Amino acid sequence: MNIKLLASVSKSLLLARWKQTLVAAVGVTFSITMFITLLGFMAGLNTMLDNLILNRTPHIHLYNEIEPSKNQPISRATEFKDNYNFISSIKPKNERQEIYNSSAIYEALLKDDRVLGVAPKVMAQVFYNVGSIDLTGVINGIDVEAENRLFKFSDYITSGQFIDLKNIPNSIILGKGAAEKMMANIGDVIQVTTTKGERIPLKVVGYFQSGIQEIDKVQSYASIVTTQKLLGESNNYITDLQVRLKDLAMAPMMAKEYHQLFEIEAVDIQTANSQFETGSSIRTLISYAVGITLLIVAGFGIYNILNMMIYEKMDSIAILKATGFSGKDVHKIFIAIALSIGIFGGILGLLFGFGLSAIIDQVPFNTASLPTVKTYPIDYNPKFYLIGGIFSIVTTYFAGYFPSKKASKIDPVVIIRGK
Amino acid sequence: MEPKILEAKSIFKSFHTPITIPVLKDINFSINRGDFVSITGKSGCGKSTLLYILSTMDTDYEGDLLIDGISMRGKKEGELAKVRNEKIGFVFQFHYLLNEFSVIKNVMLPGLKLAAMSDKEVEARAYEKLKMLGIENEALKLPNQLSGGQKQRVAIARALINDPLIIMGDEPTGNLDKKNGEIVFNVFKELAEVYHQSLLIVTHDNEFAARTHRIIEMEDGKIIN
Repeated sequence: MNIKLLASVSKSLLLARWKQTLVAAVGVTFSITMFITLLGFMAGLNTMLDNLILNRTPHIHLYNEIEPSKNQPISRATEFKDNYNFISSIKPKNERQEIYNSSAIYEALLKDDRVLGVAPKVMAQVFYNVGSIDLTGVINGIDVEAENRLFKFSDYITSGQFIDLKNIPNSIILGKGAAEKMMANIGDVIQVTTTKGERIPLKVVGYFQSGIQEIDKVQSYASIVTTQKLLGESNNYITDLQVRLKDLAMAPMMAKEYHQLFEIEAVDIQTANSQFETGSSIRTLISYAVGITLLIVAGFGIYNILNMMIYEKMDSIAILKATGFSGKDVHKIFIAIALSIGIFGGILGLLFGFGLSAIIDQVPFNTASLPTVKTYPIDYNPKFYLIGGIFSIVTTYFAGYFPSKKASKIDPVVIIRGK
Repeated sequence: MEPKILEAKSIFKSFHTPITIPVLKDINFSINRGDFVSITGKSGCGKSTLLYILSTMDTDYEGDLLIDGISMRGKKEGELAKVRNEKIGFVFQFHYLLNEFSVIKNVMLPGLKLAAMSDKEVEARAYEKLKMLGIENEALKLPNQLSGGQKQRVAIARALINDPLIIMGDEPTGNLDKKNGEIVFNVFKELAEVYHQSLLIVTHDNEFAARTHRIIEMEDGKIIN
């Protein structure tokens, strides 16, 4: 009852100055719109840039590192135990690059509950033969299906079918840069030379573009079997195991565990790509800061307009108090005005923000380095809408609080006698 | 003997800025139900100050004020607002209607605030009061479409909506011409004599005061008669 009455008083005060209130609401709308758009755009961009690396990077990468012996003979000599030894006479020896007992490790990994999937890989150093010159290159022998399932391989194939790699024997998907240099079209046969000097013809079935040019100039993909043949190795020769986890956050801990368990190098994604995390979080921080600044500015607008309204409506407030409205009632009336500006402006802002995001989402964005992206990326995370909505109400509440407090303290005697 | 509805017990008041000046000294009087009382005196004698203390809007005084036998000392702001809403009707020199609301809504506001009746009943009562004052045809207009005398009658209707114990007026005819002033006075007189409504009117118009039932004359913050 009382609330209904206060609401009707608020409404008529609000409508009496509807132009001013509209300006205040537009301020809130504008800031919420920008907040939503900015965050959506920024988050979309962040996700895209992160995916550029994260999608293609195993959460844990298991491989054999060529490294010098940790136990140099001099450190075993008891007479030099307390000395600083800098003689390292044992150089890294020509160790096998393959993972020992790879099939057992592969099975063990697949049985681990925390693991989403494992894609084995064979790396082969080769030369691409173009006329009389040789270009250095790397052929990744992959399990085509696992690679596509875990690392979205097909997203990066700009022409051709990725599955042909499996179906057509002795086939290769060339990096876009490498293919351009070799002037190799799909269906052509190119020659590669392995490090052991063998020359092998491979049929081009597609182009691959990662978005990172340096990689595209060098890397190519073939099936594991083809690569093993190329290297003249048996079919259990695996150089890398790429593990994708269910929970990315567990990678560092599990990498350590695998390192001890399997006695091979295990690198987690956080260590390998720490710069991406930092970049993303700072970009997000900046967009939040800008969005919140906009809202606070809108809050000052509401504060000003309410203050003005209170000066104008001094008489009305005085008479309301004289006829039995308490200070609390007056406070509620003005808070209601502020909140309705905030809610009205906020809802419009959320809608406009969504609209503007949708428009940006349609703007073409073609870049050679990002073959899968056709328009600007937008993240429609409901979290942003929730934060924007809550923030619009909170700011307008505080913007309304102080003017309302002032209105509630107005002494009717002073106003009425002043006439 | 009619019951006392308002009683002032040795009320003192001083203004403290810029220097302490006593404005009311030892005010003692009481008003019974159905009294039509006027307070007169020269400008600055403290009559308006007294009225605002009696109306509970000014709480900065010494002494005690009883309304309907209940002391107003030490009551909280919210409680005093309730007393004003329920027991006191106001008519000011300036009409103080809310221009955002229609005449009928202006009259209804204190009634809606009190919430003793449904909205429909309050509206019916408001029409009744407007009819009594002869302005029921203006009910749906906005206050700024009315003449000065009509506005003041709307203000009286608003004061009456909750059937207050007492109506207080601060120079209610001060802003009106002779004719409208006469109309308003007759309204007060009718309220007092026909409806047995208690009234306390501050005025410096001696002619107005002379026609009330009882005159309280003030000088230099004291009641002299």
